Amino acid sequence: MARPFAGFASRVIPLPAENVDTDQIVPARFLKATDKSGLAEALFRDWRFEADGSLKEPRFVLDQPDMSGRRILLAGENFGCGSSREHAPWALVSWGIQAVITTSCADIFRTNALKNGLLPIVVDHERHRQLFELLARDPDVELTVDLAAQVVHLPGDEDLPFNVDPFSKLMLLEGTDELGYLLGKSTEIDAWEGRHVARVDTRGPSGTTA
Amino acid sequence: MTGPRTLVDKIWDDHVVAEDPGAPSVLAIDLHLVHEVTSPQAFTGLRRRGLKVRHPERTVATADHSVPTTPRNLPILDELAAAQVAQLETNCREFDIPLHGLGSPSQGIVHVIGPQLGLTQPGMTIVCGDSHTSTHGAFGALAFGIGTSEVEMVLATQCLLQRRPQTYEVRVDGRLAPGVSAKDVILALLSRIGIAGGTGHVFEYRGEAIEALSMEQRMTICNMSIEGGARAGLIAPDDTTFEYLAGRPHAPQGAAWDDAVARWRALPSDPEAAFDRSVTIDAASLEPMVTYGTNPGMGLPISARVPDPAAAGDDARRRGLEQALAYMDLQPGQALLGQKVDVVFIGSCTNGRISDLRLAAAALKGRHVADGVRMMVVPGSDEVKREAEREGLHEIFRAAGADWREAGCSMCIAMNGDQLSPGQYAVSTSNRNFEGRQGKGGRTFLASPLTAAASAVAGAIADPRLLPGIESLAAVGGR
Ligand code: SF4
Repeated sequence: MARPFAGFASRVIPLPAENVDTDQIVPARFLKATDKSGLAEALFRDWRFEADGSLKEPRFVLDQPDMSGRRILLAGENFGCGSSREHAPWALVSWGIQAVITTSCADIFRTNALKNGLLPIVVDHERHRQLFELLARDPDVELTVDLAAQVVHLPGDEDLPFNVDPFSKLMLLEGTDELGYLLGKSTEIDAWEGRHVARVDTRGPSGTTA
Repeated sequence: MTGPRTLVDKIWDDHVVAEDPGAPSVLAIDLHLVHEVTSPQAFTGLRRRGLKVRHPERTVATADHSVPTTPRNLPILDELAAAQVAQLETNCREFDIPLHGLGSPSQGIVHVIGPQLGLTQPGMTIVCGDSHTSTHGAFGALAFGIGTSEVEMVLATQCLLQRRPQTYEVRVDGRLAPGVSAKDVILALLSRIGIAGGTGHVFEYRGEAIEALSMEQRMTICNMSIEGGARAGLIAPDDTTFEYLAGRPHAPQGAAWDDAVARWRALPSDPEAAFDRSVTIDAASLEPMVTYGTNPGMGLPISARVPDPAAAGDDARRRGLEQALAYMDLQPGQALLGQKVDVVFIGSCTNGRISDLRLAAAALKGRHVADGVRMMVVPGSDEVKREAEREGLHEIFRAAGADWREAGCSMCIAMNGDQLSPGQYAVSTSNRNFEGRQGKGGRTFLASPLTAAASAVAGAIADPRLLPGIESLAAVGGR
């Protein structure tokens, strides 16, 4: 269960790569773990490290001085396509990322992220371009993410509004999870199952269906 | 919902358990497929909360992603992979879930064995911790990939929280030319709408060309729906669907079968039903397709040339194209035909079924893989392997110099040691050409089994339409 998602201010990590897919976020060979720990090391692994485990030169943005502790990733267009691996948000979160700003976000990645206290912030192309410009002018600019108000505060009192699914927002703000909500629906689930015969039996031929 | 409904609407309405204002719908799940990579943390979660699996008899597991494709009597050398497979076995035993594990005659890629066992049926909701769950949509099921937190939810409650998706009609009119297959249709769609084109939507594939496809070809198309950003893609069930299903181990039998078919016949979208979006593709105009870049939307007709970033519309596109060409080490304007390849991979949940292997074998028969090219053929399941061996396909592959392996995901995801070396070029029948997907530094051209086989013989990307007897090859696949 995640902690409640509080508003926060942070400097920004620029990652001007388009269509960053989940195989880049966490390469498949790191999916053999049976727990969630240690994934920060796998994050963007093949962009960060040589085959021998040494850091690539020039260094990938995460490994440049002054990047650790930053919690906002400003990514290129369309983030998170590809596989359903929840290892992707686990790795981002365990590195310390709490928000990803992009122009569109793959459905499964978005769903996974929201369940792990990682907020995808989708902005239009023009805003997206302006944010990269802002960062080019001032690499240490600090943004404030306010989930309750659904805005990112920019310097100079400018607010960048964003959309978030209202239910996911509630879950994030309260730090509760969907499984708890679903378990609370057991009466309804029992009732539905009472009205619907099982469609398949994974142990043998399927029975009569209603 | 009243009025005309789409196939998706009908399945959706049938599965809504509860709806609170402002909250997503509680959606009942008919079938949950489980594999070793995305499930361990979900079982850990169940144990921590003291929960049981609500319906083990609606759940089924297999080991596919990290398993070796070397002979089954050898141990798994990779310790982490071995531990993951062992963990799956423990979890299935503890929670009473049927497992088609390593060494079982029904083991295979999860999206190959579901249909093969008759578990995948029209009108169902099907989920799996795997984005290519969209494959099962070929049967007219609403099937989509979920993350591990959601795997835990479905294990515990047999339900998920979902918002009703939007619908996207993909109409494929006309007929495919010889040498052009389902894989080319889906790669053409992706090149047209891009990898985010279907975000928030479910594709419904329809039209004459779709209706003419076999179930296995329909699975190839639905499989890659996720590559267009759509979590699911489906095709209305018809006689082809019912013929495929009849007599399979988990399909309904006797009177139950007749009841089921009657129910399934009511599923197709009503004639007046409206879709949120729509696109039409002319099947006759399609060529075999090949990708040139680092996502599945970067595909081209095989006779085309690599695009020039300088001509890209906007900065982001240009940057994306430059990055892709740099990784692939391809030049703008260069022809794809004749591009040298090092490896050819036939397999995966996209094109690892018996009809795919038949086509590849027919193209290879009496020929030999070019010098310096390594060709791997990995059946999608143990059953596919046995069938191929019954038909003697393995002899054709071996005689051609290809490597005939055990079933699994293999080089599609390169988790099991089957992988490209840095810089190598592969023609692959799988579904993703992301950087490093088939091995760190490896470069992937996605294509159909026919194109892959033709390229293996040529040692370079080659047009399958030039294969001798291509007109008759098209009929080889079967239903
Ligand atoms: S074959 Fe590839 S895409 Fe299919 S389930 Fe396995 S790893 Fe995923």
